[in-house]
Amino acid sequence: MGLVEGILLTIITAATPLLFAALGELIAERSGVLNLGVEGMMAVGAVTAFAAANATGYSIVGVAAGIVGGAAMGALFGVVVLVFATNQNASGLALTLFGLGLSGLIGNSYSGVPGLGVKNIHIPFLSDLPLVGRPIFGEDPMVYLVVALTIGVWYFLFRTSGGLVLRSIGDNHASAHALGYRVLRIRFLAVVFGGACAGLGGAYLSLVYTPQWAQAMTAGRGWIAIALVVFGTWLPWRIAIGAVLFGAVSILQLNAQAFGFGIPSQILSTLPYLITIVVLVVISRNRALLKVNTPASLGRTFVPDN
Amino acid sequence: MQLRLERRAEPSRKMMVLSPLLAIVLALVTFFIIFVVMRIDALQALYLYFIDPLTQGWSIEDLLMKAAPIILIAVGLAFCYQANVWNIGAEGQLAAGAIAGSLLPVYYPHWQGPEVLALMMLMGIAGGMLYAAIPAFLKNRFNANETLTTLMLVYVANLMVDYLARTPWRDPNGHNFPNSAPFGPGQMLPVIFGDSVRLNVIFMLLAVLIAWFMTERTLTGFQIRVFGQSPRAAAFGGFSRKRMVYLAFLISGGLAGLAGICEVAGPIGNFRITVSPGYGFTAIIVAFLGRLHPVGILLAGLLLALSYMGGEGAQIALGISDQTTQVFQGMLLFYVLACDTLIYYRLKLVRPAKLEAVTAAG
Repeated sequence: MGLVEGILLTIITAATPLLFAALGELIAERSGVLNLGVEGMMAVGAVTAFAAANATGYSIVGVAAGIVGGAAMGALFGVVVLVFATNQNASGLALTLFGLGLSGLIGNSYSGVPGLGVKNIHIPFLSDLPLVGRPIFGEDPMVYLVVALTIGVWYFLFRTSGGLVLRSIGDNHASAHALGYRVLRIRFLAVVFGGACAGLGGAYLSLVYTPQWAQAMTAGRGWIAIALVVFGTWLPWRIAIGAVLFGAVSILQLNAQAFGFGIPSQILSTLPYLITIVVLVVISRNRALLKVNTPASLGRTFVPDN
Repeated sequence: MQLRLERRAEPSRKMMVLSPLLAIVLALVTFFIIFVVMRIDALQALYLYFIDPLTQGWSIEDLLMKAAPIILIAVGLAFCYQANVWNIGAEGQLAAGAIAGSLLPVYYPHWQGPEVLALMMLMGIAGGMLYAAIPAFLKNRFNANETLTTLMLVYVANLMVDYLARTPWRDPNGHNFPNSAPFGPGQMLPVIFGDSVRLNVIFMLLAVLIAWFMTERTLTGFQIRVFGQSPRAAAFGGFSRKRMVYLAFLISGGLAGLAGICEVAGPIGNFRITVSPGYGFTAIIVAFLGRLHPVGILLAGLLLALSYMGGEGAQIALGISDQTTQVFQGMLLFYVLACDTLIYYRLKLVRPAKLEAVTAAG
């Protein structure tokens, strides 16, 4: 495998967990709910996935457990934010703190235990093509899942009536309620879906990206996923591009660390976080661009009056 | 059966006092259940967590020392949250304060005395303020979401601390441990009470007093609250939103920076790879549990400091993971937020109409 091929391959694997989590957050935010607990949901998804794969010997069971773990966290958030109409900013933070703690509590005994890993697929001939073979036809199955999910989310949001209802609830919950849509129920489903996706992202980290479990292994990816949704101005394909760009930044800084260049590794490690800030600034300063796609009811609580 | 919220005619005064207490009770009950599920002697665990640290003199001193930074930070954050400014990066501002304040003892180890200590404190405050000014500037100038920028800056600050402690500031005589040379006695906060209670407890009490005075008795405190409750009214009142954002960030950043330098020049005693076990995040919980009021924050800070102490004790005695404390803290914040809703709403159980018809027929 050539150097360029190898770098492309790792960029895609670095982008995958970000994209899973960001797509989930996109659906939640399009329904009007800002969930800042992505980091916590990912952490729980990572540990439930690792534990289940470890107990059964099947990675696929791990993936399912990651989905369930993340969805359960999403449901918890949904109950607090939708039934009790709490402040979404603060509740998301609580979810992150709780999730990081819970994953540490469950994962304590898995520290240092080798994970199963997931094999890359191999299609005779196609996977052996030069340059494009491995990155396009020889990834692990979850990469193809995230591509399908991106297309699915786009299709749902912009080509189905369900997507239209979801977006209208995110834009004006009072009108949607007046039209007879069940605002809170649909938002709850959106938040649970968001949790499931974040759980998938977490599962990818502990099963594929680095097949092991470590405390705080999500390393801020949940927060970067939230930033990606802003970066992508709430559009799935722009979010996917953003995820690949961030994957590239994190891989290039890792490679730069390996080569040294005399720059301390910690300084290079700050790059993904600093670039997140820069990107946020660049996107946010253009208010007109943001206004087009930002769900108008994002972050606002809704209590039906009857 | 379905839970519904029904708006109260006016906020319930009774629930304002009761809601934090109810949240604490619910969190304790859930904590108890978690221990039972984990097959740990739940009663003993709760005793170790919340009562045992209060039974000895040294541990009460330790409690005050842990509560001091948390309360100091939370008092600042309360200004932010009242003004609807979402600074969640106090942990990073704390680190920035620790770095800025440590410049003097690291580069001028022989310069000692009260004037150095005072300078260190001021530099710590300035470090925290400068670091908090970044997200404030980005929000005011570019409309960048402060929740994300403040949090990203936490990761950046922690990496800088790690770098400094491991490379340029590492003590050459320190057997390769990743920390600076110990600060001299003239560069440390003096012990003012017992064996370990240092001057930062006074800073904390002063901050509570000043914050109380500001919120209750000054125009600035009033303006901040108006901004949080009704930005439009504030705009009509001619208050500048941008000025408020800077003010909230500078106050909270400065206090977090002070907490940071007080940690390294206090209980820690040198500069090392971790300067805080998450005080900046705990302070967020404390601010809400204290209902954003200085006195409430004082009480809430003591409780959360107790959970840190108890967590250490339970870890030693029962081998419980130290992550248990974080689970408790996150859970508590959930309950606090949910219970606060009861101030404005009544909870009602509603039966769906269909179900009623069926039961009536049966």
